[in-house]
Amino acid sequence: MTQQTHLTQEDTATEGVSAEAARDPRLLVTAASPRGWLQVLRRNMRGGELGPIPVVVGLILIGVVFQSMNDRFLSPQNLSNLTVQIAAIGLMTTGVIMVLLLGEIDLSIGSVAGLAAAVLAVLAVRHGLPEWLAIFAALGVGLVIGLIHGVIFAKVGVPAFVVTLAGLLGWQGVHLYLMGNDGTINTSSTGPIALLTQTYFVPVVGWAVVLVVLALYLLSVLTVERKRRGAGLPNRAPVEILARTALLALPLVGGVWTLNQYKGVPLAFLIFVGFVAVLDLVLRKTRYGRMVYAVGGNAEAARRAGINVDLIRVSVFGIASMLAALGGIMLASRNFAASVSTGGGAELMMAIAAAVIGGTSLFGGRGNAYSALLGGLVLGAITSGLLLLQMDTSVRFMITAAVLLVAVILDAVSRRGRKTHARGGA
Amino acid sequence: MSTPVLELSGISKTFGAVRALSEVDFHVGAGEVVALLGDNGAGKSTLVKVIAGAHPADSGGTIAWDGQPVTIGSPSDAQRLGIATIYQDLALCDNLDIVGNLFLGNERLHFPGTLDEVAMESRARELLDSLSVRIPDLRVPVSGLSGGQRQIIAIARSLLGQPRVVMLDEPTAALGVAQTAQVLDLIERLRDQGLGVVLISHNMADVRAVADRAVVLRLGRNAGDFPIAETSYEEIVAAITGAADNPVTRRSERTGASAVATKDH
Repeated sequence: MTQQTHLTQEDTATEGVSAEAARDPRLLVTAASPRGWLQVLRRNMRGGELGPIPVVVGLILIGVVFQSMNDRFLSPQNLSNLTVQIAAIGLMTTGVIMVLLLGEIDLSIGSVAGLAAAVLAVLAVRHGLPEWLAIFAALGVGLVIGLIHGVIFAKVGVPAFVVTLAGLLGWQGVHLYLMGNDGTINTSSTGPIALLTQTYFVPVVGWAVVLVVLALYLLSVLTVERKRRGAGLPNRAPVEILARTALLALPLVGGVWTLNQYKGVPLAFLIFVGFVAVLDLVLRKTRYGRMVYAVGGNAEAARRAGINVDLIRVSVFGIASMLAALGGIMLASRNFAASVSTGGGAELMMAIAAAVIGGTSLFGGRGNAYSALLGGLVLGAITSGLLLLQMDTSVRFMITAAVLLVAVILDAVSRRGRKTHARGGA
Repeated sequence: MSTPVLELSGISKTFGAVRALSEVDFHVGAGEVVALLGDNGAGKSTLVKVIAGAHPADSGGTIAWDGQPVTIGSPSDAQRLGIATIYQDLALCDNLDIVGNLFLGNERLHFPGTLDEVAMESRARELLDSLSVRIPDLRVPVSGLSGGQRQIIAIARSLLGQPRVVMLDEPTAALGVAQTAQVLDLIERLRDQGLGVVLISHNMADVRAVADRAVVLRLGRNAGDFPIAETSYEEIVAAITGAADNPVTRRSERTGASAVATKDH
């Protein structure tokens, strides 16, 4: 034991002297100065960790191009409509991201969304259930469906691709069966269902949200950095904390200001962004999120580390289907109706495309909740811009496909970059 | 030498009609590096799995921990005793950073369910410093590390459970010269900290560099227990391959002794 402490002291002594010299420039740049940040950026780009940069650049590009072709594109009214339009598919994307993080795929979310809309309309209109109860029932149906998929995938061992492909067909069948002879069931245009997408908040609410979010962010960052300094760990300079807060404040203030120019912040968009933020916190800050990433990165390693891999898989499929059901409810809310075609169109492809465009890898273990927001904005902006230019659906599909392909190519290339740059160390 | 930390005697293991281990003896003491050698199929991996609890031994043999008889029926039994095993595939999650991998499945939490990153990073830094491992940024994903660093992270992770015996399966098999040296340095440091290290390796140079003893298995039986310092390379190879052209085996064949070439100390 004495030998051990002696050794440790000696080692830390030599460590102090040679730590600087021992730094390997290929691996270890820490961001402590503007030059450090640039180096980190360059390293990340070469190493295939691009983060949100390509999407943000793409978004700006889309904005500039469409605005130059039609000056109504960046008008508050168009942008406000855009945020409501992307909420439904965006919620579906949020669920898909969790499944993609596991390295799996869920092809049934479109059908589940449609079925949820049908359950909602059938219960609320045909059976006269209170609308809020029908909303919870539809969410419950989504959760149960996801758990069924998850159990068949995790416990029986059927590939998720096949389980959810069966779900794609089967739940659409149930959807059509529930609708019966009605092609469309109209819901009330004033009840809680309609309010989900018809509510806009007065400007004060939007500003209050911005203030609370910024204050909470700053407070939590300052607390963590103080703790890190106290523990002698590398920590961020106050300048960097301020810069990061400003970077967060820019889109928040700009967005709320723009939305307030029209009708105010829409409830639908707030729900979407709220789910994205909550999912982000769950993924980054909780043990559950760490387990999701671990299972997606290396399921065998996760199993050996004592993680209940099956439980994680089943729960992720459950959450994904429940978010798909919420997306379906939003679709019904915006149309004041559930029809036999709800969720049966391009919703599934758009939701998965948004996740990948936003930067979540198809190969599992890499990505974050904000991909849903960024990818949803990109696809929503393209759709909205092409509609303004009165382009045909055919053109929209081709352009969306091209954007998706670019995103997947970036994903595949950066994955290769990570592999080739993985052996840089001493 | 004092009582070994871990001592197995008369251990047998049968898989169907195959007798993978028969009456094998093995022991490792505190602050000792024991190399486990043998040709492919000699029973090294089976013995490791018996000790790690992955394949419980057949009845008949005994396992003693600090001289007390114990049974190892599952991996968690082995972990509870203080046996850590690092398999060849390392079982790291490439997408998680170093801290995330070190604490995987064993995270420090503050509120129910939320991660205490500061506590984990401080402990990780402390642990790696005590092993004289220099990786300044613990927040890089493990995919960005070299093979040697990955091996070191895998070993460091097993040390968080404060084991007393560490078993390493081919730790240098896929490594370059400099990286092998890093891992061998780490093994010596583990020994200096009073841990018993079991090293499975095909690389005789590594074995000669760090091991104190070499236990050789051949066809599921003990084929020798050599103090490294007093044994030549040829003698060990002969025991591994069962080559008959050395005086020890020739003599044992004449006398019919069952234990071959045992140079105990």
